[in-house]
This record gives sequence, structure tokens and C-alpha cells, in this order.
Amino acid sequence: MRRQLEGSRAVAETVARCRPQVVAAYPISPQTHIVEALAGLVASGALRPCEFLNVESEFAAMSVAIGATATGSRSYTATASQGLLFMAEAVYNASGLGLPIVMTIANRAIGAPINIWNDHSDSMSQRDSGWIQLYAESNQEAVDLHMQAFRLAEQVELPVMVCMDGFVLTHAVEPIDVPEQEAVDAFLPPYAPRQRLDPADPVTIGAMVGPDAFMEVRYLMHAKQRLALDLIPRIAGEFAATFGRDSGGLVRGYRLDDAETVVVALGSVLGSIEDLVDARRARGERLGALAIRCFRPAPLEQIRSALAGASRVVVVEKAFAVGAGGIVGQDVRLALHGTGVPVHDVIAGLGGRPVTAEALDPVITRAWTGELAELTFLDLRRDVAERELARLPGAIA
Amino acid sequence: MLQLRFHGRGGQGVVTSAELLAVAAFIDGRHAQAFPSFGSERMGAPVQAFCRIDDAPIRAHEPVSRPDVLVVQDPTLLHHVDVFAGLAADGFVLLNSRHGAAPLGDAELPLPTGHVRALPATDLALEHLGRPLPGPVLLGALAALTHAVRLGSLTAAVEQRFIGATAEGNVAAATAGWEHIGAAAHA
Repeated sequence: MRRQLEGSRAVAETVARCRPQVVAAYPISPQTHIVEALAGLVASGALRPCEFLNVESEFAAMSVAIGATATGSRSYTATASQGLLFMAEAVYNASGLGLPIVMTIANRAIGAPINIWNDHSDSMSQRDSGWIQLYAESNQEAVDLHMQAFRLAEQVELPVMVCMDGFVLTHAVEPIDVPEQEAVDAFLPPYAPRQRLDPADPVTIGAMVGPDAFMEVRYLMHAKQRLALDLIPRIAGEFAATFGRDSGGLVRGYRLDDAETVVVALGSVLGSIEDLVDARRARGERLGALAIRCFRPAPLEQIRSALAGASRVVVVEKAFAVGAGGIVGQDVRLALHGTGVPVHDVIAGLGGRPVTAEALDPVITRAWTGELAELTFLDLRRDVAERELARLPGAIA
Repeated sequence: MLQLRFHGRGGQGVVTSAELLAVAAFIDGRHAQAFPSFGSERMGAPVQAFCRIDDAPIRAHEPVSRPDVLVVQDPTLLHHVDVFAGLAADGFVLLNSRHGAAPLGDAELPLPTGHVRALPATDLALEHLGRPLPGPVLLGALAALTHAVRLGSLTAAVEQRFIGATAEGNVAAATAGWEHIGAAAHA
């Protein structure tokens, strides 16, 4: 049944219905409402058996999740921004150990300068951590992805980040269906690990591994991610058959048939992009959009196949590799290698600057006319930046 | 699609107003979205919140830059924030003011007659709710002026959110706002 709910509340209720046995979290904006709601559900007895640990840091939150999962408990945490960076050492351990933790990232910029608003710099900073990364376009998809994430994580023995735009989604009140407990139980069986820490049947998890085997363990992480490329669409298909919603999967095309120009993006910005596609289609322009719903593992073949008919591609992304360019754009170029299709990176929305259809519209036009640079910063106040650059010691005026 | 922007100050219930309106529209069977534009998160600092209402699902999550309706909870903002930015040519303005439209000064808003309305929402809130929170009064007035939602849906949204005396006070405040605009329409 659909209700008009805040995204954070809906995600908290969904996570509760996934029956985690351990929730460990440290509050940070804009994740706070999610873990506050979960703490309330545990305290009220609505979610049990579950232990909620209000730990002293994000590093502790992930460490608790690692320990709890290693003993066979389904574990969950959530964070954002600096919290994810503080957690980073343990983030890599979770994936290296193959522990199926699910973590919500309420996407937020990374300082300095300090900024609480939305972009994707936090989750993108953990791109190579070995975690699977899924991105939600709407709060409904955020709900649906969490259910799929536990299934996926436990089947492939890798942790999963469900990324949802901070404030833009976490604090938005929208019509959302949180599936009933029975339906979630039918979709998500209890966690049954292959092995776990048990004093009665001791094993070691997390032993030191030398040069003789380290490479194999790291390769296994990669191989499991590649296996997830098959598993993720299967789980999304089963989800669609059960709940009637097209959520999850690897990529989703929007009006791609005969599209000459395709805008690629991930997260909530896709709503405005799809509105723009409709507006320009109504004028007879062949524009389409491609949502990357699963960023890691990188669905390179699916991206290549979805973009097969495109003459040009514009990647709109809310993070960038400083000193290089786009991050998602690099993947898209890799996917399109050898096709000669030009790929334009548009870095947008850093630190919460709104990414609007109105601002993207002329960018699309410039792509069409061949005037769009390979790397663009949307709505950048160039005069401000250049004034500061001119003040550099030794700057050439 | 109807797009609304709420302007107020931290602590005035700006975000709550947008959320209540979205819930009321949902009760009306429509699609709705509400979200805040978080600023410095301080009491008294300028705050904006947004609401969209449509008969079709709403995909965009960008801030409302071209509102059809502006709700100004605090008239002192008129001199600090570009409140009217992007307002539609046939848009509506609801202003919380003890002095009618006077705080607007000489600013001639090129809007149709009757589309700019001022009411003493804080005074009405004090009378009916007992707290200086103009939000519910302005929501009631909004329902009467724009028919964006039904008054019954608004009061149902209030009753979902609050209980007891708080719910009753908010319902009374919303009803007072609705009657203020409705009564003027029939005067």
C-alpha cells in the first residue's frame, strides 16, 4: 500500500522488514533520519530480535557490522560523506572478507570546504573498495534496492552500498510502497552463511595472507563482482515478478529507440533528465537517457549495448576525479571503446548545487551542435574561479 | 503540475507545511512531493521548502524555480531573499502579514486581481493554536485560494501528523485560514 512518506522513514521501515539482527550506526547528516527511525523501531520492540548499537564512530559502526556478520548475523549500517571516509579502512575489510553487509549511503559532498549537501563524492571515493554500488533514482527505488541488496549480498558474498541522494531523496516526502512483512519474508530468506565464527566449530576469518595467496583473494573479489553482473538482473527480474516494479538491475534505458544523443546519469537527477527527454522528444529531437543503476560491478557490456545506436553521449555526474575528469565518464568511454562515439563529461551538482532540466537543456543543444567540450562544469561561475586563479603566486595575468 | 515554494524562517514550520500539503494532496488521490532546501539549519535563518502536485507521477527532484504559488510565512524575508524569483505570470502569493499587503511596498506584482492575498496568519495561529506558527493558517488559506487540496484532506493530513490538542489546534488554525480567504471571497 502506498503512503506519503519521507524517504528516510521508508528506507528504515524497509530495512526493518529485512530483519537485520544487528544495526550499528553513528549519526551524520543526511543519513540521520534513517538510523533514528531504526533505533526507534528497535527500542519499541517492533524490530526484534535486533540489537541496535549507537557506536562512537563510523569506523566502529563498520567494525561492529563486520564482527556481527562474521558470526552469522544479518547486519546493516548507514553513513555519508566524512563518515564514509572515516569508515574507509573497515569498508575495505568488509569486502575483502566477503561479508554481505548492506549499507545505505545518503550521498553527500566531502569537505573541505565543509558542506552537508548532496553529491556523489563520498560513494565514488570507495569505487575500488570491492563493494557493490547501486544507485536509486527515487525513494521507491531506494526501498526496492534495499530488499534486493540483502539478497544479492548474501548470495554473492560481497557487501552492497545502496546509494540515495542526501536531502534530495532522504528528506523528500513522496508516495512510497513499503512491502508488507510477509512479502519481504517470501522474497528474502534468513541469512544462512556458508561459514561463520562459532566457538563450537572454530574457523578463522581474516587471517594474514602473504604474497603466496593475496592476489588470489583479491582476484576472487573481482570475480564475484563479475558474477554479480548475472545475478543482479535475475534478482531484479524476480523482484519485478513479485512486486510488479521495475527496480534495480544494471542499467535502464529511457526512450533509447532511435536516440541520437543519450544522457547517461545515476541517481535522482534522472527525473529531471527524463522530463527533458520528453520535452525535446515532443519537439521531434531524438534524445534518450540511460540510467546506470548498478555502478559496481561496472556493466560495461550493457552500457555498450544500450548506447549502440547513439551518435553522442553526455554523462552527467555528481563527482569527478580531480585532475582528470569524470568518473562515470571513464567507464562509459571504456564501454564504448573502439566505437568512436564521442563522450562528454558534465560535472554537475557538486555540494548540492541544483541540477535542473533548464540548466541541462543548453548543454544538450551544444552537444548536438558539436560545441560541447569533453569536460564541462555545469553552472560553474567561471569569473569567480578565474579571479582566484589569478591570485596564485606566479600567476600569469 | 502545480509547483509551490514556501519561504519562512527556521523554526516556523516551513518544511512541515510543505509536507502536510503533499500528504493532503495524496489523500486527495493525487501525486505529490515535498522537500526542503536545507540552508544553515539555524533557528531564524531563511528556509525554503517545495511542493509539487500532479495527476501523473512526479519524476523531477530539482528545487521549484518557477513556482505557481508562493507562500511567504515571514514578511521580513521580502527584503532579504528574492522571494518572487521565477513566479508564474498567473501565479498566487499568500503573505503572512498583520498589515495587509503593505510589506510588499511599492512592488507592483504583475499578477491577476485577487492572486496576491495577505492575512495575519501568526495572530490567527496564536488565537487557534496558541503558538506563533503561521503554517497551518496559510495552508487553510491556500486551499481556499487555489483549491490545490481540499480542506478536509488538509485536516486529515494534520490528524495523521499530530495528536490530541496539537492536532485540534492545527485543524482550527487551518480552518481559520480557510475561512479568512473564503469569507473575503464572499464579502
